[in-house]
Amino acid sequence: MIAYILRRLVQAILILLGVSIVTYALLYMLPADPARQIAGRSATAETVANIREQLGLNLPFYEQYLRYLGNLLTGDFGRSYLQKTEVGELIAARLPATLLLMAGAIFCELLFGLTAGAIGAIKRNTPLDRGLMVASFVGVSAPQFVVGILMLYLFAVVLGWFPIGGYGTFAHLVLPSVSMGFLGAGWYSRMMRSSMLDVLRQDYVRTARAKGLGRARVFFVHAFPNALLPIIAMIGIDIGMFMSGIVVVESVFGWPGIGQLAWQAIQRVDIPIIMGVTLVSACAIVLGNLLADLVAPFIDPRIKLR
Amino acid sequence: MFSKALKGVALAALIAGAGMTTAHNAAAGEGNITVTYKDDVSTLDPAIGYDWQNWSMIKSLFDGLMDYEPGTTTLKPDLATGYTVSDDGLTYTFTLRKGVKFHNGREFKASDVKYTLERVVNPKTQSPGAGFFETIKGFAEESAGETESLSGVEVVDDYTVKFTLSQPDAAFLHKMALNFAHIVPKEEVEKWGQDFGKHPVGTGAFALEDWTLGQHLIFKANPDYHIDGIPKLDTITVEVGQEPVVALLRLQRGEVDIAGDGIPPAKFLEVMNDPEYKDLVVSGEQLHTGYITLNTNIPPFDNVKVRQAVNMAVNKDRIVRVINGRAVPANQPLPPLMPGYNTDYKGYAFDPEKAKSLLAEAGFADGVETTLFVANTDPQPRIAQAIQQDLSAIGMKVEIKSLAQANVIAAGGEADQAPMIWSGGMAWIADFPDPSNFYGPILGCGGAVPGGWNWSWYCNEELDAEASKADALADPSQADTRIDMWRDIFTKVMADAPWVPVFNEQRYTIRSPRLVADDAILVDPVHIPVHYDYIAVK
Amino acid sequence: MLVLAELAKRKLALLGLIIIVVIAGSALLAPWIAPYDPQNQMFDGLTIEGAPMPPGGQFLLGTDLLGRDLLSRLMYGAQTSLIIGIVANGAAVLIGALVGVTAGFFRGWIGTILMRATDLMMAFPALLLAIVLAAIFKPSLWIVAMVIAMVNWVQVARVIYTETRSLSEREFIEAEWGIGASRFRILFKHMLPHLLSTMVVWATLGIATTVLLEATLSYLGVGVQPPTPSWGNIIFENQTYFTSAPWLVFFPGIAIILLALAFNLVGDALRDILDPTQKGRH
Repeated sequence: MIAYILRRLVQAILILLGVSIVTYALLYMLPADPARQIAGRSATAETVANIREQLGLNLPFYEQYLRYLGNLLTGDFGRSYLQKTEVGELIAARLPATLLLMAGAIFCELLFGLTAGAIGAIKRNTPLDRGLMVASFVGVSAPQFVVGILMLYLFAVVLGWFPIGGYGTFAHLVLPSVSMGFLGAGWYSRMMRSSMLDVLRQDYVRTARAKGLGRARVFFVHAFPNALLPIIAMIGIDIGMFMSGIVVVESVFGWPGIGQLAWQAIQRVDIPIIMGVTLVSACAIVLGNLLADLVAPFIDPRIKLR
Repeated sequence: MFSKALKGVALAALIAGAGMTTAHNAAAGEGNITVTYKDDVSTLDPAIGYDWQNWSMIKSLFDGLMDYEPGTTTLKPDLATGYTVSDDGLTYTFTLRKGVKFHNGREFKASDVKYTLERVVNPKTQSPGAGFFETIKGFAEESAGETESLSGVEVVDDYTVKFTLSQPDAAFLHKMALNFAHIVPKEEVEKWGQDFGKHPVGTGAFALEDWTLGQHLIFKANPDYHIDGIPKLDTITVEVGQEPVVALLRLQRGEVDIAGDGIPPAKFLEVMNDPEYKDLVVSGEQLHTGYITLNTNIPPFDNVKVRQAVNMAVNKDRIVRVINGRAVPANQPLPPLMPGYNTDYKGYAFDPEKAKSLLAEAGFADGVETTLFVANTDPQPRIAQAIQQDLSAIGMKVEIKSLAQANVIAAGGEADQAPMIWSGGMAWIADFPDPSNFYGPILGCGGAVPGGWNWSWYCNEELDAEASKADALADPSQADTRIDMWRDIFTKVMADAPWVPVFNEQRYTIRSPRLVADDAILVDPVHIPVHYDYIAVK
Repeated sequence: MLVLAELAKRKLALLGLIIIVVIAGSALLAPWIAPYDPQNQMFDGLTIEGAPMPPGGQFLLGTDLLGRDLLSRLMYGAQTSLIIGIVANGAAVLIGALVGVTAGFFRGWIGTILMRATDLMMAFPALLLAIVLAAIFKPSLWIVAMVIAMVNWVQVARVIYTETRSLSEREFIEAEWGIGASRFRILFKHMLPHLLSTMVVWATLGIATTVLLEATLSYLGVGVQPPTPSWGNIIFENQTYFTSAPWLVFFPGIAIILLALAFNLVGDALRDILDPTQKGRH
């Protein structure tokens, strides 16, 4: 087990290295010249040339990359081209907001998804089940920004129950979390439902019922925990999808997280920030996948941790 | 006309206001206001900060040798008490104000002026404003990295500074009023290094008390500020990360005093038609022109007739309507507020028939295809589509390329990439209220280089020579002649039609009822969006 | 065919098919049935002050901020969504299947390299990658499709890889090996038919993801170029007005949801039909 984890961590580091090279290469290919952005419109050609020199933009690609990597290993993400602030500082300032949003989203999707799925399984084939199934399909089919905008309009502007975007209190957290979680809730409710159905059919459950144990007890003590395992695996994968979704949702709600930071940075070709956010996201994704893979053997004993 | 009236009103209001403040007492301010912005402030380092959001904040935290009368474009000395100019226009001697203190308590001296300018010109600082000080002697050597000092700035004594220029520069005093020439204390810059932008220390009316990244900034009045009774407020709280629509709603509820990003376009009509809020909106002109650049290197725009045809084909009134009337159609490169604006010039009237015939004369009776580049932030793609439709009416088929702003700028800086660019989002707003600022980088030969901002690659050597002559008239007594020369230059530019001037955006500031400030302060053409030093609350 | 008959038996899948037919129909017939030219910025399309017209009257679904008829734009927008959905997704499935089969069947170091590359791609936040790619290549319909394909092939590759591996360990394959059948024969005659059903399911489900991704890219301003309408870029252009002109977000939003929903319903039903191990879950 330990050996497996160690091996996976080494793989993770290699993957992150790969991500950094590919991202750096892609950003290198961007047609815009950061030196010109920084120099601004009244700069002389010399100033631009100077800035290019200082940022090392005249060096060949591999040299630039190695410089970046070297700094990275000492924990230095570099400085934003336009703000001159340390990228590490910018990300650290905004990361808590994104993590909060992710936690909120996971909570929402579990709450809605698991409840809907469990109800659907227990009351299978009733109209309630059918209705929940359709709702879950809609959940997976809606783009997060549409859900976000519609919810913002309905609940914040028209009904005024929640603040219109922004950050700070619990009330601010609700709408963005639900918007992000809606998609996942759709997945989870269907997974939960089919997983519960499987479990409910199992022998040990029928034995428990035969022994006369109450339905609730059977549910909570036996069925539910076992149905949960595939869900836990999914949460790991989910983190990957979240990293994409935050760019949009944070933009719709004005949420000061790293998604917003990345979006602004891409607009202004602020390469150090883009690199920083990509690496942080990739890190989260890799860890999420690791989590999912660790849980996998408990779900299906045939899967061996290789 | 309008600008003169504005100045008149502002001046009258100021005199009345000044009278009132001396009747109170000279204690610096009371009260707090809340200002909101969507984006976090990028930096407060005067050598680096160059966006419309931090421009007036920096002006409130720092001072320069020169400044402008509040709400106007009239120069006045600020940290200087006076100046003299030599007859040949090459030497400026400034007498400095005594007893001015930085926020850290130290007194401001002439050596600080030298340090500040050397810092801006030094390539290590990566200041976007270095180029403005080209005319100071020694600029070439310092910006090439050969030396760290600027020979043209001389500290005569603690309160006198002498500038020697390599050529006469009629706009020099304006440049001394730019943020880039706002004075910084050496010890603080050395202490904070590259983080000085987050820990600014200046001589300004406000000092930075707190900055929580991504959330808010707090400015506190400087009790030792060198103008009595200023600032009128005690603190300013800037909240960031607020969507403009949200900011507006909060303002209507009384939680916010100034919506820094202005009235969101979506709400504009609603607000202007609402009697309760109509009076809280102040509108003013800006030194801004939105234009389409036509690349004279790329066919069909190498033919002046085609360029003139495009000028006649664009329906500027309709475009202004698309942006809800927040601008005034333009017919020349300079905005009305700028000295040198030609009030008699009629420009190219909207005449699609004539445009079609001009196009035919140029050999394109069967139509022509080309490309329009635009930044991909709303509403620019919409405006581009309106232009596209107008041009298709005269037989010009335009393909739109909607890209990230940086990519459009990069394309414009190449000689053969972008036939047409809609400047929206990157439109030229003057750095200082002088016509020369609207020429050099964007219409002069010097800007028509790879990486330059003269996206029409227009290079008229004759006009360039006239421009230099105009700028050599540094003596204030020749100011009128100079402005006449510039007026003439721009009129001649329009004959060549490298641009299609489309509109001049108006500025609308909405403020809460409790704010006490002259209208001119709220749409200050230089201290954008508002002149924080002169705002008070009831 | 049998599959279609099975599909028709399931009510939800039938609903999905109907929606797809309606949307595809309007996309194909748009030039004939759209009430207005989608690019026509009409003077009557805006109020005197320049605000868009609400639904009703001359314009069934209202107009957008340039005075263009929303219904017509939605119909033409269906073309964009469907083309990208089918092309991008088709490419993604083909690439993914190719990678997955090669890695799963041939194993060895080719397999390892391919799967590590897949892991690498999976680690990228998809949207960020797409935005950066779109910024590098000047966008157009086909570039957007290509970008989406480059981001989406990973999922398919993973699934096909796992399937190929588990299939190749099954007895009948081992038996074929035993009697000396050539690799390619095994691949094409025996494994591909099984894999095909997985590919079909993913192709269908994938269209939903692709439609969503395209909408999101357009919403961020890096999708298809104006004035080509796409449901996502209609929302992008008009979202700042959603408090005063909500129909401009509402209708395209519903359209996106319906299309994605339809493909999800059909894809899910296909999965039930074609994959025997999933039976009995209802």
